[in-house]
Amino acid sequence: MQNLGIDVLFKGTNMMRLLGGLWVSLRISLIAVLFSILLGVPLGILMSRKSRIIRAITRLYLEIVRIMPQMVLLFIVFFGTTRVFGWNLDAEVASVIVFSFWGCAEMSDLVRGALISIPKHQYESAKALGMNSLTVFVFIILPQTIRRLLPLSINLVTRMIKTTSLVMMIGVVEVLKVGQQIIEANRTSSPNAAFGVYGTVLLLYFIGCWPISMLSKYLEKKWNNV
Amino acid sequence: MSKREEIIRVDHITKRYDENAVLDDFSLSVHEGEVVVIVGPSGCGKSTILRIMNGLEPIQKGEVTYRGEKVDGKLGSITRIREKVGMVFQSYELFPHKTILQNIMLASILVQKRDRREVKEEALQLLARVGLSEKKDAYPRQLSGGQKQRVAIVRALAMHPEVLLFDEVTAALDPEMVREVLDVLLSLAKEGKTMVIVTHEMSFAKAVADRVIFLDGGHMEEEGTASEFFDHPKTERAKQFLHTFTYDKVERE
Repeated sequence: MQNLGIDVLFKGTNMMRLLGGLWVSLRISLIAVLFSILLGVPLGILMSRKSRIIRAITRLYLEIVRIMPQMVLLFIVFFGTTRVFGWNLDAEVASVIVFSFWGCAEMSDLVRGALISIPKHQYESAKALGMNSLTVFVFIILPQTIRRLLPLSINLVTRMIKTTSLVMMIGVVEVLKVGQQIIEANRTSSPNAAFGVYGTVLLLYFIGCWPISMLSKYLEKKWNNV
Repeated sequence: MSKREEIIRVDHITKRYDENAVLDDFSLSVHEGEVVVIVGPSGCGKSTILRIMNGLEPIQKGEVTYRGEKVDGKLGSITRIREKVGMVFQSYELFPHKTILQNIMLASILVQKRDRREVKEEALQLLARVGLSEKKDAYPRQLSGGQKQRVAIVRALAMHPEVLLFDEVTAALDPEMVREVLDVLLSLAKEGKTMVIVTHEMSFAKAVADRVIFLDGGHMEEEGTASEFFDHPKTERAKQFLHTFTYDKVERE
């Protein structure tokens, strides 16, 4: 049988280092998700308002984020701004900033979409029962919005976790970079390590994302038609 | 009828969407215990009147009052007025994330701050009245259109409104479900509830109405008792309108 190069992982602390790398990836994406929710939800609520100025500004922001490749954003923030503004930015902080910038845009668009998908009559029938605007929003609109939003935003989270593989380009030592280092270090003793190590990295991403994706499927089914 | 207290007064109102006048200098007053039915061709502004009575629609001229108090969607007093002016919509609009029982109880608990147990007991009684006791823990999507509409009526009743507005409540229903909903309205009329009903069901209108308002092009074209209007319409427009509901026998050569 071919040597798949998995044996490298059991040398020394290699496996622990790889898991440590996975934690860096998850940490960046989870902190970014947290910021995306904290900033994206209010922004999405704002975007569902009718004001033309707010809509124009948010539209522009959204388009910029959508059009720019995340890697270019990472380069601008990490290499560009540090040089121009002369500040000292940690690569991981830069990653969190870029991922939050991206996640916040996507999240706000999801929130806006979910909010405007609630029929106007839901507001009216609640108001007709004597509820004030706050009660209508908290008890009628928000619960329905969250039900529509959750499966979509979970999908965003898995996309963010996957995309963290880019941050190695600005020097963050995350799971993929650790894998690369292990392969480099064992080039002569295990020339086949690339397959085993990258395969394991793939598996680790899968282990990180799959439960989240399953949760999304489950919620979607549970809240069907709501 | 005129001796009874006036509950809602619509005073020379004008409503425009952009440049088009939907209602033009329209007035109406609704007295306690009265059943007013508004009929007229599609798009004549019938539903708009109900929405204005509940402050859901702003007006450009005139005034609407509920027991002398101004009805205006922008004023803080509107929620208090809406508690007393129940409204049922064409598309039922139950809250999809709540069970049937929760749908009925929600506003009584949140808005009127009534005791949960008492509210629940009453909600169950109301559900039994419309024959839907066994659906109390179901979600709206599991109900038929007619059942949903009966729940929507019960939800409005649970607030103990003084007047009920019904906006084409059977228009979205399959024909065989219309009856079960209209029977509920008839029984409410028998109890002496004050109601304003917009409907396309002419035989029902004739049976339930104390007073019929015929609306066309944003104007009140005719007003009268049910038998006056349906049996001896005065205006040509009303005759034409009523004629659209009858068919002449096809004569074959």
